[in-house]
Amino acid sequence: MTREVSQVAYAVAWRSIRVFAGNPQFIVPALAFPLFFFTAFAGGLSAIGNAPGFDFPSGYTAFQFVFVLLQSAAFGGVFTGFGIAREFESGFARRYLLAARDRRGIVLGYALAALARALLTWTVLTVVALIAGMQVGGDGVELVGLFGLAVLVNLTATMWAAGVAMRVRSIQGGPLMQFPVFLILFLAPVYMPLNLLSGWIHAVASVNPVTALLESGRGFISGDPTLVLAAFAIALALPLLFAFWACGGLRRAEAAG
Amino acid sequence: MTNQSPERAGIEVEGLAREFKNGPRAVDGIDLRVRPGEIYGFLGPNGAGKSTTVLMLTTLLPPTAGTARVAGFDIVREGGEVRGAIGAALQEAALDPLLSGREHMRLQTALHGLPKAERGERAGELLDRVGLSEAADRRVGGYSGGMKRRLDLALALAHRPRILFLDEPTTGLDIQSRTALWDEVAGLAREGVTVFLTTQYLEEADALADRVGIIDHGRIVAEGTPGELKAEIGRPTVEAVPREAADAERVAEALRPFGERCDPTRRGGISVRLEGGESQLADVVRALDAAGIAVEQLQLHAPSLDDVFLAKTGRSLEGAGEEPGSEEMEAAGAPGAKREPL
Amino acid sequence: MRGGGLRTQVGQLARRSVLRTLRQPGQIVPALIFPLFLLAVNSGGLKDATSLPGFPTDSYLTFALAVPFMQGALFSVMNAGTDLARDIETGFLNRLALTPLRGAALLSGLLAGAVVLGFAQAATYLAVGLIAGAQLAAGAGGALVIVALAVTTTVAFGTLGLFAALRAGNGEAVQSLFPVFFVFLFISSMALPLDLIQTQWFHDVASANPVSYLLQAYRSLLIEGWELGELALGFAIAVAIGALGMWAAAGALKTRLVRT
Repeated sequence: MTREVSQVAYAVAWRSIRVFAGNPQFIVPALAFPLFFFTAFAGGLSAIGNAPGFDFPSGYTAFQFVFVLLQSAAFGGVFTGFGIAREFESGFARRYLLAARDRRGIVLGYALAALARALLTWTVLTVVALIAGMQVGGDGVELVGLFGLAVLVNLTATMWAAGVAMRVRSIQGGPLMQFPVFLILFLAPVYMPLNLLSGWIHAVASVNPVTALLESGRGFISGDPTLVLAAFAIALALPLLFAFWACGGLRRAEAAG
Repeated sequence: MTNQSPERAGIEVEGLAREFKNGPRAVDGIDLRVRPGEIYGFLGPNGAGKSTTVLMLTTLLPPTAGTARVAGFDIVREGGEVRGAIGAALQEAALDPLLSGREHMRLQTALHGLPKAERGERAGELLDRVGLSEAADRRVGGYSGGMKRRLDLALALAHRPRILFLDEPTTGLDIQSRTALWDEVAGLAREGVTVFLTTQYLEEADALADRVGIIDHGRIVAEGTPGELKAEIGRPTVEAVPREAADAERVAEALRPFGERCDPTRRGGISVRLEGGESQLADVVRALDAAGIAVEQLQLHAPSLDDVFLAKTGRSLEGAGEEPGSEEMEAAGAPGAKREPL
Repeated sequence: MRGGGLRTQVGQLARRSVLRTLRQPGQIVPALIFPLFLLAVNSGGLKDATSLPGFPTDSYLTFALAVPFMQGALFSVMNAGTDLARDIETGFLNRLALTPLRGAALLSGLLAGAVVLGFAQAATYLAVGLIAGAQLAAGAGGALVIVALAVTTTVAFGTLGLFAALRAGNGEAVQSLFPVFFVFLFISSMALPLDLIQTQWFHDVASANPVSYLLQAYRSLLIEGWELGELALGFAIAVAIGALGMWAAAGALKTRLVRT
């Protein structure tokens, strides 16, 4: 990474984090939504853990924790995209375009800010899950693997949303950022493991890349790593792919002035 | 157009004030009288209190002090009757982008109680009058700014009001649209409608208003016809710049009968205040010609309403006042602003 | 000139409300598609929940079909509230205030769009659910009652949207209600029957949540047939929410529309 890129990235990230930290209207949903989903899924659906064939070693709470972790990673990226769209719509982003010596730093800066926000969310979520009695079967390395997947999901979603935001340059692009992410998350084994699904949902989930991430994450937390190579191959490929998408968006934004 | 007795088409205001909780005194005790059939121009910079005054007189904002009668009805105690007698086109065009012009007219006429049989005819008549017949069935979201303003005016006239309030009706319009609206307003006045028009544009007040009230920081600082106001602060001056600098004194001599000499101008011209007003200009030309003086430039400087404002407030009207959308809009209960009762 | 009568005023505003709803596909399409998508995902993903002892039906689809009706009501909050907030922000409410319009007519008229949307939603969810294999124990008559309950619920929640719009005066505040209502929907018997919710605090909150009883009213028609007690409770809750919402909205309208 060149010095120009890192300087720009630091400046953009610092401002984004400051804006986030200074506005309860941003912090509260970022924390509340994942906690809420965790509560609703792990708490409200805990009886699913008694369904025949459900034998996840760490219990239903941990099973749902992994989904909510990755979901919060993904939506954290999407909400970063909302912020980018707002800045382009208001004209503030033009300051970045004018001032940055290497504009790729802008995209990187947004990604760093998204990650910082996600780390806060995951910390709170993990503490709450542990207090709620979540069983953790994985060791330190496996947990690093779990959170590593979450980092890569967050980066992927941020790149996706940034690309949309810089092309549309308006908060009207929000649904376009959000809906595909929502779709791909919920067409994965959300409530039951893949082997207990049947019908069309099983067929779709089998080819859904998020399934490998979820299954692998659940393997990490239960101490029984599974699909690790496949999951990381996907998790590394996706942010690279969407980084090109985001840079394409940046070029479109530059061209639009 | 109007079918009510003339004396019930005026506006009388005494000590009207509006103070906001923990906020500014947006209108600070104003007195004014608008005669039936008159166009009254309410001129002032942004934040002066114009919109707040209009909101009070149209019963959308209760005053905190003072009284006012609009069309003979008290604005506080007889709000319903006031609303029945007035039409208003407020600062925002306030239209629904999803409805067509004709649908707006239908809604407005129905809510004002026009019989069903009359609504279509009245809608067509007004849409035709403001030049929107062809666009009547298109959604307002696709209208230009000028078209929206015209529709706004048509809606305000739906129920044949005796008094029309126009709050900065030409702000943001191009010159052509503005002129068209002026013509329309002048036409309404000829039909006997009383018009209370707020504006921050000098030329608008000058062109349209029979009388002008100038408001600043919530108080009326001057009131009268445009001519009276300008005359109050001085007569027009004529400046003559001779072709040959050496002729300056001859110019001064030729112009002496017309009035008092003023300070020399930067261009080396001679400036004289015309005691007889602008009508003396032709005589000035004849006098210079008779004296055989070749003149490079001859300019008439008439006082403007901006000069009036400057004389009364120490500030120029153009460029005075806060940014729009600021305190006055909020204080005036602009859409979206929550009005805190005292 | 006197204003139009109450019937005329309500009629005109209702007409406007319906036209606006129909002219905003962006309001209608998500309200139809999103709940059906979740129905598909949830009924596929939670199919095995029916094997839990005490689950009231063999068909999770039938059980889950009640949920889109409640999600539809949530959209009604947003749509009704956003439309009115836009009227406030653009000054259109001031325009209406300058007419002899009565407050009751304004609120009633605004809800007409919610009625149309509620009807369209109910018909769509029911049709898609039945085609996909859901059961309807109460038969054709039950279908009519489901639609009636859905319309009642949609209108009831619509009043809450109106209240939010009148109180705050802007669309962002209405949008910010979405998570609040979302929480109400999730912490209920949305995914499992009340007696199968194992987590005690969740069970307690869901038991106190009126949404659970609204869901149960739909389920009584879909799964059990004619359980008049549960049905009556569902209607009563919807009507109570509507009455409360209307009362609150009327109060907020008085403050918002400070006409002399």
